[in-house]
Amino acid sequence: MTDPTPMPCLQVRALTGFYGETQALHGVDFEVRTGEVVCLLGRNGAGKTTSLRAVVGLLSRRGGTISINGHSTIGLAPEAIAHLGVAYCPEERGIFASLSVEENLMLPPVLKPGGMGVDEIYALFPNLLQRRTSPGTRLSGGEQQMLAIARILRTGAKLLLLDEPTEGLAPVIVEKIGQTIRLLRDRGFTILMVEQNFRFASRVADRFYVIEEGRAVLDFDREAIATDRERIESLLGI
Amino acid sequence: MPETLFGVPFAAFVGQLLVGLINGGFYALMSLGLAIIFGMLHVVNFAHGAQYMLGAFVAWGLLEYAGINYWWSLLLAPLIVGAVGIFLERTMLRRLYHLDHVYALLLTYGFALILEGSFRFKFGATGQPYANPISGGLDTDFAFLPWYRLWVIAASLTVCLLTWFTIERTKLGSYLRAATENPQLVRTFGINVPRMLMLTYGLGVGLAGFSGVMAAPIYQVSPLMGSNLIIVVFAVVVIGGMGSIVGSIVAGFGLGVIEGLTKVFFPEFAGIVVFLAMLITLAVRPNGLFGSTA
Repeated sequence: MTDPTPMPCLQVRALTGFYGETQALHGVDFEVRTGEVVCLLGRNGAGKTTSLRAVVGLLSRRGGTISINGHSTIGLAPEAIAHLGVAYCPEERGIFASLSVEENLMLPPVLKPGGMGVDEIYALFPNLLQRRTSPGTRLSGGEQQMLAIARILRTGAKLLLLDEPTEGLAPVIVEKIGQTIRLLRDRGFTILMVEQNFRFASRVADRFYVIEEGRAVLDFDREAIATDRERIESLLGI
Repeated sequence: MPETLFGVPFAAFVGQLLVGLINGGFYALMSLGLAIIFGMLHVVNFAHGAQYMLGAFVAWGLLEYAGINYWWSLLLAPLIVGAVGIFLERTMLRRLYHLDHVYALLLTYGFALILEGSFRFKFGATGQPYANPISGGLDTDFAFLPWYRLWVIAASLTVCLLTWFTIERTKLGSYLRAATENPQLVRTFGINVPRMLMLTYGLGVGLAGFSGVMAAPIYQVSPLMGSNLIIVVFAVVVIGGMGSIVGSIVAGFGLGVIEGLTKVFFPEFAGIVVFLAMLITLAVRPNGLFGSTA
């Protein structure tokens, strides 16, 4: 990191969350500093996706504190949280079947200045330009993932939440996603992602949190992977 | 000009075709509103017929008590009926979205009963006449085509096409389509989906009010005019495909014409032909002609 103590743009403290009556988060703590790529790791059902959904306001019941650029968001609706400069790319990608590729791309409104231009996005993902009139869900899985990331780059959001961006994709596409994430980091985006693929995550993220049973049980940075490998791998069940 | 067509006088044929197109225009406008509401809110709006009746009564009341003419009513009544719908959505309907769909259906059904009951109490079951705003018509060799009826066909077709265009071809429409598929995700893009649902209900209900104003000079303005229409309209919705915009427009006009022509060729079947078509559609394509198979 260039700046040793940048302000955290996302701070999560004692976060609890529920799906109906079931408590999924039991007091998660983590923070993301401006310009970082932070990855939440952990087994299936540990609470990683739920943590992201809580940050963007998609859990009906949540407690604790979440602050985004200094604004407390715990009581805010998803549309209000979006206006603070957060954008979310869900695990299932959320490409709309009734919208063309271009309509999917242009769907999220520009909320803040400083987003990427459409030409720049098409230059980054030339496949999307070629297929812009196709229905969104006719794209391959990899192209749908590109589109799901591409459409949140226009909005001016600087904090991107990516849920399992490599899930189910071929190695060559995973490589392309990795390049994209590094490029976005260089462009000044801050990224919080969830990954099952630890090998992939260890190449793109700066810092990591291991989530287990709805709590963050370990945090470490990339340098620690070499020295602390055994403990990390046993926690992840690799 | 032929005198007869398949053994039927040509004038009768054209006359019933015109009636069919007019009825079809009402079916299309009404089922379009239902389709938009169902697509976005997943609410089967049983109050649609009562809201159509309300539109006709608002137009009648504006003329009777305030001297406001038909053309102003065509603008004002849908706004008033839409506002009543928005009030219903804000105060009651939105509390039911997280429950089973049947609760919203019961609420709107109850609202329809209360609305129709109150109008019946105040105005009685017999209709009030509403003066035809465009008298005269087109006198051709084979039939007399009243201007007002031609206007109804043109206006309903135009409103249907405008609505279709707005939903399928504009940015606002892309929000609506996306929110139909995944409202939660659309909210994370910073779009106020709850407000969109409210306005969508207002729009769908406003279309019912608009239909009611257009119907006022043709049919009597009566408290039960909506409940007579709504049964056929629900059959049209099932045939077109629940929630399908194109389906409701095509099925609306198509069934209006089929019903009209049945009156010419097999008069005894005219009352049931729409329901026969519904039976056949359900047997062959249970999701309707334009319904998604999902």
